Amino acid sequence: MQESAELRIEGAAKRFGEVAALDGVSLQVARGELLTILGPSGSGKTTLLKVVAGFEKPDAGSVKIDGVEITALPPARRDIGMVFQNYALFPHLTVERNVAFPLEMRNVAKPEIVRRVAEALALVELAGYEQRLPRQLSGGQQQRVALARAIVFNPRLLLLDEPFGALDRKLRETMQLEVRRLQRRLGLTTIFITHDQEEALVLSDRVAVMNKGTIQQIATTTEIYERPANDFVADFVGESNIFHGTMSAPGEVTLEGGRTLKVRSDKSAGAKVGVLMRPERFDTGGANLFTGDVIESVYLGTSFKLRLACAGGLELLVRQPARGPLPATGARIEVGIDPEAIHVF
Amino acid sequence: MSMRGFWPAVPALLLLFFFFLFPVVRMLGFSLEGGSFDWYAKALGEGLYLRVFWNTFEIALLVTFFCLLLGYPLGFLMATTTPLWATVGFIFVLLPLWTSVLVRTYAWMVLLGRNGVFNRLLIDAGIVEDPLPLLHNFTGVMIGMVHVLLPYMVLPVYGAVRRLDPAIVAAAEGLGASSWRIFWRIYLPLTLNGIFAGAVIVFVLSLGFYITPALLGGGRVIMIAVLIEQQVRETLNWPFAAALSAVLLAFTFAVYALAQRFTRPQETA
Repeated sequence: MQESAELRIEGAAKRFGEVAALDGVSLQVARGELLTILGPSGSGKTTLLKVVAGFEKPDAGSVKIDGVEITALPPARRDIGMVFQNYALFPHLTVERNVAFPLEMRNVAKPEIVRRVAEALALVELAGYEQRLPRQLSGGQQQRVALARAIVFNPRLLLLDEPFGALDRKLRETMQLEVRRLQRRLGLTTIFITHDQEEALVLSDRVAVMNKGTIQQIATTTEIYERPANDFVADFVGESNIFHGTMSAPGEVTLEGGRTLKVRSDKSAGAKVGVLMRPERFDTGGANLFTGDVIESVYLGTSFKLRLACAGGLELLVRQPARGPLPATGARIEVGIDPEAIHVF
Repeated sequence: MSMRGFWPAVPALLLLFFFFLFPVVRMLGFSLEGGSFDWYAKALGEGLYLRVFWNTFEIALLVTFFCLLLGYPLGFLMATTTPLWATVGFIFVLLPLWTSVLVRTYAWMVLLGRNGVFNRLLIDAGIVEDPLPLLHNFTGVMIGMVHVLLPYMVLPVYGAVRRLDPAIVAAAEGLGASSWRIFWRIYLPLTLNGIFAGAVIVFVLSLGFYITPALLGGGRVIMIAVLIEQQVRETLNWPFAAALSAVLLAFTFAVYALAQRFTRPQETA
């Protein structure tokens, strides 16, 4: 059985006319790791995936699997399993024949094919569906067939291109966990592409956030959420209050509106900084207090989502545990946040 | 269909009734002159006429075969090449389609004759000594009919290939299939409907072809439509012409009915 591999991309660049879809992207995926590439549409994530799969040739840079350069290799010779957005199952072939396809292309012996197809179908819990055609399956089942087809030949790398987009929420969550379980069990090096930040947090070991053809930050999920590298990452992942200001003293930021905040940061005085406060980190009290009028209040079951207009034109998004009555619009309330809960970048 | 939805169709239905259905029924009436099936017995019983039917069938089959042989690769290439080449292909396929059959057939006479362009070229190049018999025979009819009917094969094939989801082809490639295997395992099975549609159209149109066999066949290749015309114009035997037409019509319907049975629901989703 073939080992899962390590992937290394160095300085990949790709232009489509005036647009730089990839602008010098470098990243590394360790053996058995699941890396998510997260970004809005047009960020270059799909182009990056195509470069890895071989459907697009980069203008510059290289793609290496286990240290061997594959940049010029056609897709058919890369041994990469891929699950497409709409699954791309072969509509004229049964489930069994779909899954057998990559093995047949590799001239694997018949009995071996039968054995491995059965194994793969059992793995995605589709035993008994061998003779169905794709159009006789539900979305979730089609997804499983696509997954079985992508892993049946022990690929060196698994690519998932927004595979859960077409599924409803509940099914999506089930499938996410299932894919995660399968990926861990098989120790498959996997790249997962998505524009859904929640999905990225659920699934990944590490996340690479992309925008405008460059990687904004690669880090673990907690790192990305708690300590984003810049405005884009802070804004794209999760809900956020982002402000800009200057370090006016050690441990103190003066925001553009004049308000000062106590923070934990070793940035030197005078440095221009960004400040991120996650809505759920606010409390009823703290070292930094804000008084504001509620201009929007939404009940979300487990929490209240409030928008506050504070002094100095400061607008805050705050989440509070749903205890007691929902604050009415126009009510004046006070919230606080501690220096440790504020991220300065 | 509710009566309300029916009314807008009335003008067209009237037109069809008076100018199509009525003449056809009238013609069938001719063929049953005197309340006997004698003319049908003659059409289907005498070796001479059976041969013409068989000829027609054979020519239609061969034309369909050659159209498929030439049309599938062309339609396939047009659907998979760059937009520029696809446009060039379309011009070459559609321009003849918009030109009168008569004009195209005369053009072939200029090209294929004893002193035609082809024979001149072949003789001048020293490839042959005597002119090849390309006109007023089976070969000429074949060339002319295949040319006239080729677009009817190319367009359905083009459509079928274009309808195929590119991700399916990409998936096959990513899973390790060579171009050759992608063609045999993916493209061909998923475009069979297009091939079938094109073949049926070409075959049915071939059955009733008149101008091309009449002009390029030089009286030596008798297809059923040519025979019918002779009966009407030269021997003035309208009842027999009507009987021949009725047989052709029945045969055409039979082909369509058969085609319907074999057309499966569209599989490319």
